[in-house]
Parts: sequence; C-alpha cells; structure tokens
Amino acid sequence: MAKEKAIEALSYEQAYKEMEEIVSELEGDISNLDQAIKLFERGQALARHCADLLEKAELKVRELTEDGDLKDFEAEE
Amino acid sequence: MEQLSFLAQVRPVWSVSQLSGYLRSLIEAQPSLQDVWVQGEISNFSRPKSGHWYFTLKDRNAQLPCVMWRSTAELQSRLPQDGEALEVHGGLSVYEAGGRYQLYVDQIRVGGGEGALYQQFMELKTHLEAEGLFAPERKRLTPAWPRRLGLVTSPSGAAMHDITQTLARRFPLVEVILAPAKVQGNGASIQIEAAIRRLNHYAKVDVILLARGGGSLEDLAAFNSERLARTIAASQAPVICGVGHETDFTIADFAADLRAPTPTAAAELATPSVADLAAALQTLTRQLARHSPAAMVLRERQRLDEFGLRVSRALRQNIQLQRAGLAGIQARLVALNPAAVLERGYAVVSTQQGETVRRRGQVEPGEKLKVRVSDGQFGVRVEAKD
Repeated sequence: MAKEKAIEALSYEQAYKEMEEIVSELEGDISNLDQAIKLFERGQALARHCADLLEKAELKVRELTEDGDLKDFEAEE
Repeated sequence: MEQLSFLAQVRPVWSVSQLSGYLRSLIEAQPSLQDVWVQGEISNFSRPKSGHWYFTLKDRNAQLPCVMWRSTAELQSRLPQDGEALEVHGGLSVYEAGGRYQLYVDQIRVGGGEGALYQQFMELKTHLEAEGLFAPERKRLTPAWPRRLGLVTSPSGAAMHDITQTLARRFPLVEVILAPAKVQGNGASIQIEAAIRRLNHYAKVDVILLARGGGSLEDLAAFNSERLARTIAASQAPVICGVGHETDFTIADFAADLRAPTPTAAAELATPSVADLAAALQTLTRQLARHSPAAMVLRERQRLDEFGLRVSRALRQNIQLQRAGLAGIQARLVALNPAAVLERGYAVVSTQQGETVRRRGQVEPGEKLKVRVSDGQFGVRVEAKD
C-alpha cells in the first residue's frame, strides 16, 4: 500500500476509511497469506487507534484572535 | 309634599341617540383628539367592496377601531398587513350606529421599532431572494466528520455554552476554533462578518457555526444585514446558522448552507455522534477480526482436517481391501501346504536317496524306503512288486 502513514498521525476519519479499505481488500481474494497478515495487522492497529481517539477525545477550544493567531480559549464562567 | 319631592327627584331621561350624539360632540370639540398620532399593531384588516379600510389598532392592553375612507385609502402605496406595527394619524369620533368610538385615519406611516425593522427585513429578503442568494443549488453540504469547526458567537453567551457542551458530549474529536463576535447591538454585524472571514482566511475550518440565543427582531438585527448575507454566501467553508428565536428566520438563516432552530441543534447538525461512531467502529472491527491470522489458521486447519479425513478414509478402505485379499491368498496357501495333505492321511514315500517315489519302477524288492506322515517319518522295506 502506497499510503502507509504513521497511524498516530491519522485523524479518526482517515483511520476509519483506511480500515474500511483493508476490510474490503481482505474480503476479496488474497492469494498471498503474508500480505493478508500484514493488512490485518495494520487494520488492527487502525482499529485500536480509532477506539483510542474516541475514548480519549476531549473537546479542545481555541480562540482565533484578530491577528489570526490561535490561543487557548478559557471560558469566563 | 310627597308628590313635589318626587318631582324634584326626576332626572331627564336620554335617548340612546341623544347620549351618543352628545358624546360625539364632546369628543369632536376636543382639538387634541382631532389631530392625533397613535401607534399600535394592525389586526383584523378588511377592505370590503366599498373601498374603505377597516382595521383595529392594538397593543397589549387595549384596542382602537379605525376607519380609512376610500378617498384616502386609494392614495396609499401599500396595504397594511395584520401584525404590522404602524403609526396612524386622524381624528377621533363616535360611531353612533355601532356604539363605539373610532379613529378616522387620514395618514399611515411605518412605525419605529419592530414594525420598521420587519418591513426592512421583508424588503431585504425579497431583494436577496430575487438575486438568487438563497437558491437551494447554492447550498453546500456540510462535512459528515468535521475536523475543525469554526464558531462565531459571543464567548460569554448562552449559545457558546450550549454548543461546547453539545460538542463535548457528541463529538469531542472536533477541534473548535472560536472567532468571538458581538451578536447584538452596534457593530455586531460587522464583527460577525469579520469573524467569518477570519476563520476562512487563517483557520482552514471545515464548517462554520454561526450562533446566538433567542431574541426579538430588534435583538437579531445583526443577523439581518445584507452584507452579512453576502459574507455568508462567499464563505469558503459551509455555514450552519443556529440562531435561537421562536418566530421568524433571519436573513443569515436564509443565506446559510444549513439552518438550525437553536445553537444546540446547529452543533448536532454539524457533527456525528460518538455513540454512532463507536457502533460503526465495532462493526468494522468485527469484520476485520474475521480475517485475523488466527481465524485464517483455523480455517486452514479445518481444510487440512477435512483433507486428512478423506485420506484416512481412503486408506482405511484400501487396507480392508488388502486384508480381504490377503486372507484369500492365505487360505489358498493353507490349502496348498503339503503338510495339510499329510494331515488328511496321505503319506509321502521316498528312497534312501531322498527321491519321492511316484512309480513302482522306482523301487526293488528288499529296498528300504522312508515314509513321511504328518507328525514324522519311519522306515519300511519293499516286500514284493506285484
């Protein structure tokens, strides 16, 4: 696969999409067992990454200043 | 005396017409009541065939019947609408036949406040609509999974709170970029426009939420500006407008790609829910698991097992065949064993030299021979050859 990126860098959406591709590839005819195992292992890592992202996600709010800078937003409550 | 005192108590009795006429003359004699401006909301507007206009002007606590004669009504550029806030001018009088006072209106103008705003709103809406700014084909799809969400609202407002709460619960994966803006009062509209432009320019957001809590038409004036409508239409990122208000849409609602009834609903429309995502992920993970090496090995093993079974079944059959064959051969061998013949009582006679005696010419009288029976042998002598 050409686009083997580091999994940690993938967004949820990217990881999920790649996982879908892998599953459909595995469901097709793969003659090469090695290849199948490699795909499976990447799929598993992607699944873990996705589950991780879902679990650990915490809403992050940043403020865009008038100069176009981003700074952490603190709610005034 | 009694009769006199009775007479003294007698009051004149009015006819209805007399009383009404008296009232009318009193009212019409008051200059201040003949030249009044009254403001209120139009209701029950009607225009019968006569061409006169009849309507009621009202506010929260009172109502005033109004008439505008055809001669004046014909000169008006537009028909008043029910619910419209107007200011009317005229003189007050009594309509004796109906037993009520009413205002004979000779001028109508759009009132200040809500009425004027509403009219401006309608005019702007018609104008932009005609231009095609609100056309359905202009609307862009908002992304299913936004990564970066731009938020234009007041940081201290209820909308801000509602939206961050909703996003935190529903889709905390999203990164929120807040571009603060006043959402009410002087300059609010310009701040909102600037915030939208800033988000597009600096922040590479996938979608923009424009939100504020509910309010009156006046409170929402910032969302009814033509420039804001054009800024929304020109935004690179699709815009979801969530302005909480009970009654009408704002111009911003029409210009936005998606309209939500409240800020919370806007946040929901902008994002998938984590629960849905988790369910989808689980399904996909199960699908993947069917292709795990362990599962593949199991499947391979099963195939091997099946193969093995077939082989051994074949082998077993073969062995049985072989056994059957062997038994036959053995039986035949047994039958052919000379010892078995001896068992049955036959004997083998041989010369001293070990030659099996088959013919009488082979032996001489007096010759010693060997006789073999089943359990051994013994010697004999030929006595005679007859």
